[in-house]
Amino acid sequence: MDGLYFWIFAVIAVLASLGVVGQRNPMYSVLLLIVSFGALSGLYVLLNAPFVAAIQIIIYAGAIMVLFLFVVMLLNVPTEDPAKGYHVKLLGGAGPRHFGAVLAVVLVAELVWAMSHLRLTAMPESAGATSSVYQIGLKLFRDYAFAFEATSVLILLAMVGAVILARKES
Amino acid sequence: MLPDATLNQYLILSAVLFSIGTAGVFLRRNLITILLSVEVMLNAVNLTFVAVDRYLGSVEGQIIVFFVMTVAAAEAAVGLAIVIALFRHKDTLNPDAFTSLKW
Amino acid sequence: MMAFFLDNKNLVAQLLLIGFVFQVLQISAAVLVYFERKIAAWAQQRYGPHLVGPSGSLQPIADIVKLMFKEELRPRGADTFLFYLAPILSATAAFGAFAVVPFGTSTTLFGLLDKPLALEVTDVNVAMLVIFAITSMGVYGVVLAGWSSNSKYSMLGALRSSAQMISYELSYGMSLAAVVMLAGSLSLRSIVDAQAGYWFHVIPKWYVFIQPLGFFIFMTAGVAETNRAPFDFPEAEQELVAGYHTEYSSMSFALFFMAEYINMFTVSAVATDLFLGGWHGPFLPSWLGWAWFLLKVSFLLFFYIWMRWTLPRYRYDQLMEFGWKWLLPMAVINLLVTAGIVLGMGW
Repeated sequence: MDGLYFWIFAVIAVLASLGVVGQRNPMYSVLLLIVSFGALSGLYVLLNAPFVAAIQIIIYAGAIMVLFLFVVMLLNVPTEDPAKGYHVKLLGGAGPRHFGAVLAVVLVAELVWAMSHLRLTAMPESAGATSSVYQIGLKLFRDYAFAFEATSVLILLAMVGAVILARKES
Repeated sequence: MLPDATLNQYLILSAVLFSIGTAGVFLRRNLITILLSVEVMLNAVNLTFVAVDRYLGSVEGQIIVFFVMTVAAAEAAVGLAIVIALFRHKDTLNPDAFTSLKW
Repeated sequence: MMAFFLDNKNLVAQLLLIGFVFQVLQISAAVLVYFERKIAAWAQQRYGPHLVGPSGSLQPIADIVKLMFKEELRPRGADTFLFYLAPILSATAAFGAFAVVPFGTSTTLFGLLDKPLALEVTDVNVAMLVIFAITSMGVYGVVLAGWSSNSKYSMLGALRSSAQMISYELSYGMSLAAVVMLAGSLSLRSIVDAQAGYWFHVIPKWYVFIQPLGFFIFMTAGVAETNRAPFDFPEAEQELVAGYHTEYSSMSFALFFMAEYINMFTVSAVATDLFLGGWHGPFLPSWLGWAWFLLKVSFLLFFYIWMRWTLPRYRYDQLMEFGWKWLLPMAVINLLVTAGIVLGMGW
């Protein structure tokens, strides 16, 4: 059964991510990214990581994406107009953008080739996810306590920075 | 019935998502979509962490995912604040429009 | 076919239970609308609905029929797909959150089933996180409705609503975390079971007695989350016509309306499970626990409606100030004190 679910979620994630990148309308990009996050959250459940699955939805879909949606709505972001002769000769012309596109394609090809030539490693049987939240909590607040505190400073800095940057200069 | 997904399948999926994100950063000409593409890339990395975590039977990867998410939140907040500031000045979100260091 | 059902009695019972919960939620919306109008009338010394059926009790059915046969309007320049997606998202999030809320002890239906059936749609060991995740999805219905309507009133209503929901979600989560710490579990069923029994044989071990501040914060944030008075800015009639659902008519409007009442029901049910001991109560045998659950939920719902018709609406800046400068610090202090006590006393 897990195999089937993997394919369903994987296909949704890839199609939605393609949509995010291929969309002209930023509103739809944001929404498709939320769909992709949902699919990834399903994959995390398959991987016995319900905690990550839940915070994926709570933090990413519930908080970060709302922020994006807010900005798109507030700025009333115009849909990206098809540039003059830019997208037409997407992979043809010179310039860093086209170089990047070619590189991305090469990267996909290379990664897929490399990974499909590895032998398939099946997931080991796991003990189940019943105590994973507990274990994560213990690890997070003991071994990673310093990193955790450092993140809180980072978030404080980001908050102050965002307020100052977005403030209207009077 | 399909066989259970292997580690490699998860890694390939992650690579595909990462490439899509990379392509987005290079191809799009809208600052918001570029930021969204960065989020796609971060998520691809998260998927790798969780999959390998499951493979090794540890929880360290999930903790790193937790940190990646907090950093992503900070990045989104500051990034969007910069986008708003830029939009106020130039009334466009095309990154090619922001060429001068001072205005 | 029949043999299959007899062999898998538990599966059938589970499916029936899911259908039952779904139906109860839908009907609860209709019943709540009726009681809301009746209580409003009582508060304002008038009759309320009294023409359709005995004391107007068939009024909700009349309303539903009316809504179904109304014309579906779509404003010019609206984004068609998102315009119709928004109410569906709202209603789905409202229904979805209830999936992990338990409402009674396990039962075998007087020996009819082989294994005991737990009275809830599904038991997840991270139920609290799931509820929090699904509730945070509800904001999208509102935001998309406002944006896709291509109308200023809707847009302003949606902006206000999303800001309000995000702000109050923090306090909401913090008050949940305090309870999780006390019970030492994220599963709602274990949290309810941790509240069984009595202190000194008299006072039930409900968390509302240890966490009065947490209960207050949870209910306040819950009212703000569900956009109900006195925090109903997204739909403040005098300023914004009908807020984010100004442009909606017919069944899409009904979906928003239903989502609001189901959300109320879910918040009350979660509050009952977390703070009021769920299905534990005196006098009744344990298999009638769901009656206690229903009674407590009804009380909270009455409180909700009562508050709407008693308190005036706040001003928007007051609401934000209250959320960030009072409620959130209170929630943080509550969390810290709880953590200290749990650590110090080894609860």
